[in-house]
Amino acid sequence: MTYLDHAATTPMSPQAIAAMTEAMSTVGNASSLHSSGRRARRVAEEARETVASALGARPSEVIFTSGGTESDNLAVKGIYWARRQADPARRRVLAGAVEHHAVLDTVEWLVAHEGAEVTWLEVDHDGAVRPEVLRAAVEADPGSVALVTVMWANNEVGTVNPVRELAAVCAEHGIPMHSDAVQAVGSVPVDFAASGVGALTLTGHKIGGPYGVGALLLGRDTPCMPLLHGGGQERDVRSGTLDVPAIHAFAAAVRTSVDEREEKARELSALRDDLVAAVRREVPDALLNGAGGDRLPTIAHFTFPGCAGDSLLMLLDAKGIECSTGSACTAGVAQPSHVLLAMGADAASARGSLRFSLGHTSTAADVAALAGEIGTVVARARQAGLSGMRKQGPKLTEPDRDRAEV
Amino acid sequence: MRVLAAMSGGVDSAVAAARAVDAGHEVVGVHLALSAKPGTLRTGSRGCCTIEDSHDARRAADIMGIPFYIWDFAERFTEEVVETFVGEYAAGRTPNPCVTCNEKIKFEALLDKAMALGFDAVATGHYARLSIVDGVPELRRSADEGKDQSYVLASLTPEQLRHSMFPLGDSWKTEVRAEAEERGLSVANKPDSHDICFIPDGDTKKFLESRLGQHPGELVDAETGAVLGQHTGVHGFTVGQRKGLGIEAPAADGKPRYVLSLEPVSGTVKVGSADHLGVREIVANRPIWPSEVAPEGPTECAVQVRAHGGIADAVAEVIGDEVRVQLREPLRGVAPGQVVVLYRPDTEGDLVLGSAKIAATA
Repeated sequence: MTYLDHAATTPMSPQAIAAMTEAMSTVGNASSLHSSGRRARRVAEEARETVASALGARPSEVIFTSGGTESDNLAVKGIYWARRQADPARRRVLAGAVEHHAVLDTVEWLVAHEGAEVTWLEVDHDGAVRPEVLRAAVEADPGSVALVTVMWANNEVGTVNPVRELAAVCAEHGIPMHSDAVQAVGSVPVDFAASGVGALTLTGHKIGGPYGVGALLLGRDTPCMPLLHGGGQERDVRSGTLDVPAIHAFAAAVRTSVDEREEKARELSALRDDLVAAVRREVPDALLNGAGGDRLPTIAHFTFPGCAGDSLLMLLDAKGIECSTGSACTAGVAQPSHVLLAMGADAASARGSLRFSLGHTSTAADVAALAGEIGTVVARARQAGLSGMRKQGPKLTEPDRDRAEV
Repeated sequence: MRVLAAMSGGVDSAVAAARAVDAGHEVVGVHLALSAKPGTLRTGSRGCCTIEDSHDARRAADIMGIPFYIWDFAERFTEEVVETFVGEYAAGRTPNPCVTCNEKIKFEALLDKAMALGFDAVATGHYARLSIVDGVPELRRSADEGKDQSYVLASLTPEQLRHSMFPLGDSWKTEVRAEAEERGLSVANKPDSHDICFIPDGDTKKFLESRLGQHPGELVDAETGAVLGQHTGVHGFTVGQRKGLGIEAPAADGKPRYVLSLEPVSGTVKVGSADHLGVREIVANRPIWPSEVAPEGPTECAVQVRAHGGIADAVAEVIGDEVRVQLREPLRGVAPGQVVVLYRPDTEGDLVLGSAKIAATA
């Protein structure tokens, strides 16, 4: 099997498996006062220190969560609520147009239910938010901004944002910035303190750790209200009994992925370049998306003109090659990618795209396997065309097509 | 063969897929997403199109151990089925959207895509018997006559039928449910679906009004020409309809009134007694002959004019691109836009001779 979907999830590292296995055989609630509890607490606190030191944060700034979605929700909702409580005029959320749905949908929820207003920050042709775009949006009315949220690196096309420059714009106006760094940690240098962001999301299963565990790095001076109430275990911002084995393994994965990052990045970006060259050789009209910007070493995202992403996916899957359309899935339906649409692609291109993503177990054999199949697969998918789409444009005489549930 | 099994999430298509696997075919399951904004959970008697249904289809595929994908045909479905449905009603005709869906989506858009991707056939859970005899398709009523769906498949061309599989044709629904149970398919007890899938609340009139707006017109007595009332659009009526006409005064003879005809341009709905409702002659066009041969000369047959019921003995004759049908006994509720299917009675299952779209009745 050829696994080219590491951006979806990547295998656990041996270090993380060892850490988890070790911790699973011990008992102890980290909140208990007896010796088993103290032992569990010690494991959790050492993990906190490990994560903090690997990412340039203080231990008190590490809030363990259930993963990326929870961290994004906590940051966006929690900071919005806290900032609005301090000053009711702060209702505006500035968010990148190509954020992951965990941020996108959270922002839309705040708009629908909490009186928020949103300003979507346009991206350039490569999918990056330019600092001047953010500056213009902030300076239109700085006093109304509750928070800014812009991802560190995009999960579909791999474009890396100029986070430090964006955070500097926010800092000028005392506005907290959150960054979803789920795809960035372990791939590009991430230093929480140096970046200037007030909150940063990361998750275990994208970096060789277990599923269901992650963290929000939350600056000591970043206001945030809790989503989950209860025992107040995590700085009173997050409640819930600490999942000590998962946290122990998560810390091991953070440590390993950060320690090995430079070497892996060099190796994987060379492999990624081979992959891009091979795809271009086999399919000369394939378009590499986000090619002009600063990007992750691990993602190559292509548009194959005239093909439907779901056809490509199925044909490659039948050949044992696993990748993704890179876009959000509602019940497994490949929607046209909001990322590509925001980057200026048309609807057909936004449906005819595939993401190949590399990780710590990727080899030259994976690239060779893809190179061996992609040409025939694309030719076949092209014959099938874009059959799910309209044959003609929408009928303009149809009133309110979108209102009814079809 | 490489077979693509269309899986709605219901019990029939799941068992059909399982039988294709048992027959030794290489099967891939595909659920068609036909709604751009699917509901989360199934409501009422809708049997497809919610996220819950796609999960059911996925679980069934998991249990059979076959690959499974969801393909988005929502745009194409809106264009070919929903907009056609609305347009036909606006023109005063009575379409059957399931026929259109089979004709344009399942056995055209999906089949074409499947063939292009290297499949040999599409399998569905329809109840109809299909055999290919010396390369010629023979489509027959299913063994379970109560579930027979040959009517909604009769518009398929020979080429479409050559690449179709209906593994449930010889079975009874009760057997299919029992088999699903035996196979451990969780959909074994899922209720049958009845309604038009894109009108979840079953209120066709409200759905059409949301698309077409109101086009007021008059309800007129077909015999006297007297204006009996007003209405908000011809799309709210079908020929043969008795309920919901909104006429206050009873007819002079005290008999119930029925819709006899619809005139979309003037917005006139003509009503009258049941005596005028019986149709003895049908003219239909755009015929399709599944077995490739059009009947020659006057041909004794049985005709069916809607998915359930509406069956009568008849003599049909093909003249050019038209099919003229003389009914042995009058049929009610025959409306332009419906499909008439011609069957040759047969103890092995009535054979579909052909189908055509009703253009006029007398």
